[in-house]
Amino acid sequence: MECEAVKAEVHGYLDDQLETEQVAGIQAHLRGCAACSAVYERQRAMNSVVRQHAHYHTAPHHLGRAIRSNLRALAAVERPRRRVAWGWFASGAAFACALTLSVGLTVFQLGPRGDGLDRELVAAHVRSLMADHLTDVASSDQHTVKPWFNGKLDMSPPVVDLASEGYPLIGGRLDYLDDRAVVALVYRRAKHPINLFIWPEAGTVAPHVETRQGYNVVRWRQHGMSFSAVSDVNLGELEAFQKLIAADTTGGD
Amino acid sequence: MSEQARVRRFEQVALPHLDAAYNLARWLTRNDADAEDVVQEAFLRAFKFFDGFRGGSERAWLLTIVRHTCYSWLQQNRPAEVVAGYDLEAAELDPAGLDPTFRTADPNPEIALMHQADEDLLNEMIAELPPQFREVVILRELEDLSYKEIADVAAIPIGTVMSRLARARKALQRAWSERGAQAARHGA
Repeated sequence: MECEAVKAEVHGYLDDQLETEQVAGIQAHLRGCAACSAVYERQRAMNSVVRQHAHYHTAPHHLGRAIRSNLRALAAVERPRRRVAWGWFASGAAFACALTLSVGLTVFQLGPRGDGLDRELVAAHVRSLMADHLTDVASSDQHTVKPWFNGKLDMSPPVVDLASEGYPLIGGRLDYLDDRAVVALVYRRAKHPINLFIWPEAGTVAPHVETRQGYNVVRWRQHGMSFSAVSDVNLGELEAFQKLIAADTTGGD
Repeated sequence: MSEQARVRRFEQVALPHLDAAYNLARWLTRNDADAEDVVQEAFLRAFKFFDGFRGGSERAWLLTIVRHTCYSWLQQNRPAEVVAGYDLEAAELDPAGLDPTFRTADPNPEIALMHQADEDLLNEMIAELPPQFREVVILRELEDLSYKEIADVAAIPIGTVMSRLARARKALQRAWSERGAQAARHGA
């Protein structure tokens, strides 16, 4: 074997990743070539330095806990749809039929996409909390948050600051819901984040309240925009928040 | 399978490799908080794609997703660190220039005494490698993955695994030798 060939394969040899016949060739060469043998020894020494002294970063304890709770939250949001399907197919009990029927009626009353949209809203809210990606633009200043959306969407969202009413603005981000990019403004009530999703939609619809997986959702439409507020704050506080946003939102903004 | 059962099965498969996931993310992002964010996101992605996992090395499967999440994150947050569009295999690995041939005249790495300062320096040297070289060093030396597994995780041919590993090691060894020579000059 030539020195050049050995140089090319000495790392594979070092890592025990070569075929038997390659190994034999390299061993024979190393025995007879002092230069290559020195190279090999030096690399071997360097590798053992790296293996012994390069830092192995073990995961902090809270990371495992955070991942477990993320997964459970995700499973909780995903569950309802599966449970309804299971009720249809797996159980002939009258109770299950009645349950399924009532769920079906609720969906019908909410309109064709009401139920799916609420689920998506809650999922988007949960996602924003657990991926630690609450905001793309973090600012309590409405004059910083509003221009941030310029050029990112075909609308300019109304951004109001409600700090004096106890709902400080935290920031904003782009989110994706119902097959479109939407504005997500983030407010906080005490320790609880509130996501306010906004997208253009014609018509005026009075506030509609829904509770899902422990999260409250208030949806309404005004001035050609659809608003959805999602949070784990109690319903009264979320409705108060809705009234403040609705009152401060003007068509020209 | 119920959603809870699916979560439990995923946890059994993925959580034993949490340290490996964090170690790779920490070396690629070079920051504790960023590594935690990336690992959380990677586990959610892995859970989403869990139904598509058809056996094989669970650690390599998870690390593939962690690595991909790291690169997406780097592209978005620190694009300058991810060198794209130029020939990595021909790139110089350190500013002083990398000698493409073995230099048998170099002194051996001094490994007998390893002070804290040496250890810090070694870790800095690894951290300064471009991510595509850093990751093969981490996956090989710290995770002990085979060339085949590294090829799968990093989505490169096995030959490229070996050549990147060779070049990364040569760069480290060279920097390490220089440090030894400097220490000798300063009478340390």
